Amino acid sequence: MTVDTYVAPKRLDEALEAMRGGRATILAGGTDLMPQSQSGKTPLGRRLVNVRRVAELHGVVLANGALHIGALTTISELMASELVRRHLPILGEACEHFASSQIRNAATLGGNVCNASPAGDTLVPLVALGAAVELASKPNGAVSTRTVPLAEFVVGPGRTRREPMELLTAVLVPLPAAGSVQRFYKFGTRLGLDISAISLGLAAVREGRTLRQVRLALGAVAPTPMRSPGAEAALEGRPLETGVIEAAAAAARDDARPISDVRASAWYRRELVHNMVKRMLTDVAEG
Amino acid sequence: MSPKVEISFTLNGTERTVAVAPDMSTLAMLREVIGLTGTKYACGEGECGACTVIVDGLSLNSCLMFAADCDGRSVTTVEGVVDTPVGERLRDAFVQAGAVQCGFCTPGMMVQAKHLIDSLGASLDREAIKRGIEGNLCRCTGYVKIVDAIAAAAQPKE
Repeated sequence: MTVDTYVAPKRLDEALEAMRGGRATILAGGTDLMPQSQSGKTPLGRRLVNVRRVAELHGVVLANGALHIGALTTISELMASELVRRHLPILGEACEHFASSQIRNAATLGGNVCNASPAGDTLVPLVALGAAVELASKPNGAVSTRTVPLAEFVVGPGRTRREPMELLTAVLVPLPAAGSVQRFYKFGTRLGLDISAISLGLAAVREGRTLRQVRLALGAVAPTPMRSPGAEAALEGRPLETGVIEAAAAAARDDARPISDVRASAWYRRELVHNMVKRMLTDVAEG
Repeated sequence: MSPKVEISFTLNGTERTVAVAPDMSTLAMLREVIGLTGTKYACGEGECGACTVIVDGLSLNSCLMFAADCDGRSVTTVEGVVDTPVGERLRDAFVQAGAVQCGFCTPGMMVQAKHLIDSLGASLDREAIKRGIEGNLCRCTGYVKIVDAIAAAAQPKE
């Protein structure tokens, strides 16, 4: 299909208006859209709506107990954000492992979320941090918004609950409580430009030797980033001792549903999940 | 046929107005519409960095950027980089260090190096250079001489 309309609105209202007709493709950083549209994986719709100039979608602010990260915040901007560094260190760490300098300068957080890759680098820390996404649309001439937990928003590789007329406007991350413990781990064969074989994100609140409000997110081991209910239950409220750590690592391995592909076999991914969860928790226990 | 989009932007310090297809990449525009062939096409999917350009002070893969998105922005290609003091130092340093073999990655390396020197200045050490050129592949040199050249160019001459 050829693009018959290209628009580059400067205001959210105009962007949502441009999407009302349907069959619109949203362009932000372009780093996924360009190769996917050229290869035919994601053909461009009749309208190409370049939202990169929409002022309301930029910036990171702290309001009402949550970090409000505009969808157009680039990976480089996340790394430079003092708020992200202070409150969401695992998001910053995942960004350090994100593609290359050139791609980090262009790629946006909203784009990484909507691309919905099982190996998406920002998704694992965001799921561990309990993030939600804010979606806006203009169904009857008035702007309407809704919020969806990120873990429910992503439903399969490249598939989300975003409706065709909706725009992802922000990622909302609740401010971690005092005593927040966060860890991130990505396994690949090189540091730069690598797609995860697995990644792990842990967020919890430490009380002495015990973790509470545990969220353990696993990446690249299922069709979507997922939490490990087994590991979370094994850890919740129990002192971080060897037996508890081993039980949690084994439960995470059993929860993972990986496939074998060019990056790793399913067996290897499960072993990685077990061993790296164990290492991560041991590090927390000793830290 | 898609209708063309007319865009105006600053290219290497000069105002340009061109008409581009909405799905055209910045790389294709530079090479095929404007005729500046210093920026190279290699992988076409953001893995190799041969097409690196600087847009509004940040380095990007021009193969991943929609040309229409250049509207109102400032784009610097390798042809613009060599006209700057840092670009001259980089060119001399690449020659001195023997950092060029087949030369296909060189324009992208020089543009990315310009971005690194502009953003990190004299604090750009070898580790930061290696991290900074992760997105630039060279299949000839093994990178040592390229890192040498960028490290030398990062230090202004006395």
